[in-house]
Amino acid sequence: MDFDLNDEQKEIKRVAHDLLAARSPFSKVRQAAEAAEYDRELWKELVELGWPGIAVSAEHAGQDLGTVELAALLEELGYACACTPFLGTATAAAVIQASGTPEQQGRWLPALAAGEATGAVGTRELVCDADGAAVIIVVDGEEAQLFDGQSAEVEPFVAIDPTRRFARVSGQGEPLAAGAADRVRLGIAAEVLGICQRALDMSLEFVKDRKQFGVPVGSFQAVSHRCAQMLMSTETVRSATYYAAWAADADPDRLTEAAALAAAAAADGGREVTASAIQAHGGIGFTWEADVHWLFKRAQLDALLLGGAKRHRATLARLAAQRVASAAGAATAG
Amino acid sequence: MDLTFTDAETEFRDELRAWLADNEPGQPPVEGEEASYEWRRGFQRRLADGGWAAVHWPVEYGGRGATLTQSAIFFEELARAKAPLPANVLGLLLAGPTIMIWGTPEQKDRFLAPIVTAEEIWCQGFSEPEAGSDLASLKTRAVKENGHWRITGQKVWTSGAQYSKWCMLVARTDSEVAKHKGLTYFLMDMEQDEVQVRPLRQITGEAEFNELFMEDAKVPDEHVLGGVGNGWKVALTTLMNERAGLAFFLQVRLRQVLDEVVAEAAARGLMDDPVVADKLGELHLKAEVLRLTAYRGLTQVERYGQPGPEGSLTKWMWSETNQQLTQLAAELLGPEAVQAGTRWSYELLRARGNTIEGGTTEILKNIVAERVLGLPKAR
Repeated sequence: MDFDLNDEQKEIKRVAHDLLAARSPFSKVRQAAEAAEYDRELWKELVELGWPGIAVSAEHAGQDLGTVELAALLEELGYACACTPFLGTATAAAVIQASGTPEQQGRWLPALAAGEATGAVGTRELVCDADGAAVIIVVDGEEAQLFDGQSAEVEPFVAIDPTRRFARVSGQGEPLAAGAADRVRLGIAAEVLGICQRALDMSLEFVKDRKQFGVPVGSFQAVSHRCAQMLMSTETVRSATYYAAWAADADPDRLTEAAALAAAAAADGGREVTASAIQAHGGIGFTWEADVHWLFKRAQLDALLLGGAKRHRATLARLAAQRVASAAGAATAG
Repeated sequence: MDLTFTDAETEFRDELRAWLADNEPGQPPVEGEEASYEWRRGFQRRLADGGWAAVHWPVEYGGRGATLTQSAIFFEELARAKAPLPANVLGLLLAGPTIMIWGTPEQKDRFLAPIVTAEEIWCQGFSEPEAGSDLASLKTRAVKENGHWRITGQKVWTSGAQYSKWCMLVARTDSEVAKHKGLTYFLMDMEQDEVQVRPLRQITGEAEFNELFMEDAKVPDEHVLGGVGNGWKVALTTLMNERAGLAFFLQVRLRQVLDEVVAEAAARGLMDDPVVADKLGELHLKAEVLRLTAYRGLTQVERYGQPGPEGSLTKWMWSETNQQLTQLAAELLGPEAVQAGTRWSYELLRARGNTIEGGTTEILKNIVAERVLGLPKAR
């Protein structure tokens, strides 16, 4: 039992964290968001580093690392709230790697890994990073389909989150093997984890600094207990997400349940933690310049990309009932 | 990251499981609290005979020298076998480890072995009527006489005091210094007339806990633990040990109760009710995250010798989830859940203590805010 990133994974995460802190501070995020564009310079750099193909095999010109490494990068991209098509591209690549046919893999993976093409992921109602995406993964319940971006009907959707491009997709795609929907969910959950951690860190910095009644507002329990609750929700998302990332590679039988845990935790947790961050910032938190709103908006969109928490709690209830019934059956048979 | 168990860990689990299958604890007796306690005591004796009573203790003190993960497995398996916690759980988890750290060689020789065999039961005399969360303000005082101390005061919430031979007692030995500094940790003999135990009837109607009254109770010098005036530090060692291990017992118990509620809901055809399914799905999530977070905490302690942020969250998480679970059970079961004497009515009432005992949720949030998040001290 070893439930922590190993040294190499920690190093990947640290390098990503430092690079993004330098290249994608909120000033850059705001600049890109206000222009409704991706940060092309940053994307170019990430492509050069090989990040989009982190979980793509060497055979298809990827980095040949696993889902845990992908999750660590997604977490850091979420933390930075970076304006790139990373979520759609890297997640689509990981999904095709794990659940695509050899033909689909050969067709899409080298281009995605090399950054020559971008990908998109989401549901039928809402797809993220759809703008110009060559390949789109659409989750529909427990199924997932692959759409060729050229032939899919893509209708742009202007969301409250201008750090990325969204769309609605219609038409008929190619079916993907089991597990594809779970992998999309855990990718989105990993991004939400980073968003939560950033919202918490920003709030802590603020409430330690901001003084009212002559003391830091973080010394009031009404505020500090809210922050403790933010940590609780963030760590809940973390436990579930890395469990799912681990299961995706090491124990795929557990992936559906683990991804449902991660999705349910992230859909609600992201909304709660980022809403708390706005509240913890007080008046300034409601302003455009305070930057916490980018996190809130991302969390709202990600919750919808996950299909909301309710659907996943229903899955979890069903799985729990199945397990109880089969245990009772085994006891009777025994 | 590897969420599987090593061969050695699996071997440990298999061996324990086989032992538990051969030594089934059976059903708790229905004749009342004393019988129930004797059942637990008997079960601990069997654990001790099999070498399983103190798995996390070093071999030199009668333990098995188990790793933290093995210790977690021990508590999981105990719960899975529906076995009770050992009768001397406070001795095994609190007194023993505290004596190992602070005790003199003579104290270790005298006290440790009878803890393992349940020959001498221990209780914990920390909380007082006026000193709950604010432990350092305790008023019980100890006055030095020739070669011994005389202790006078009152303690509360001392579980198992009526069965105990020894008490981990913190008392004030110096009222002239700052409140944390004037405390001393005593190992007090409960078998003296100067110590009176009065059962404290709780909202469930039973009395797990007691009030303790000391009137010039006598403790010899050699039963001071960790030195005079050092009681706060020694007490912290005890408190640090309070949650380790137990989390794994409790998370399995929680899962078992949840499974029962799911079975009850299914039997009543309620799994098709989306509101019920939603609540059960949420509880399944929390029970699973509790397990996962407990394992993350374990890895942190094994790797770095100290818990990470997740270590502070498990008790809070467990207690709130258990309350939600028992409340949902009451909602689903209807009158049965509020009928006096039923199992579910007991669970409903007992769960209210979960967010208070061993540190209230409010205090846990303060600890998280100050020690994990680095926020200024609460006002």
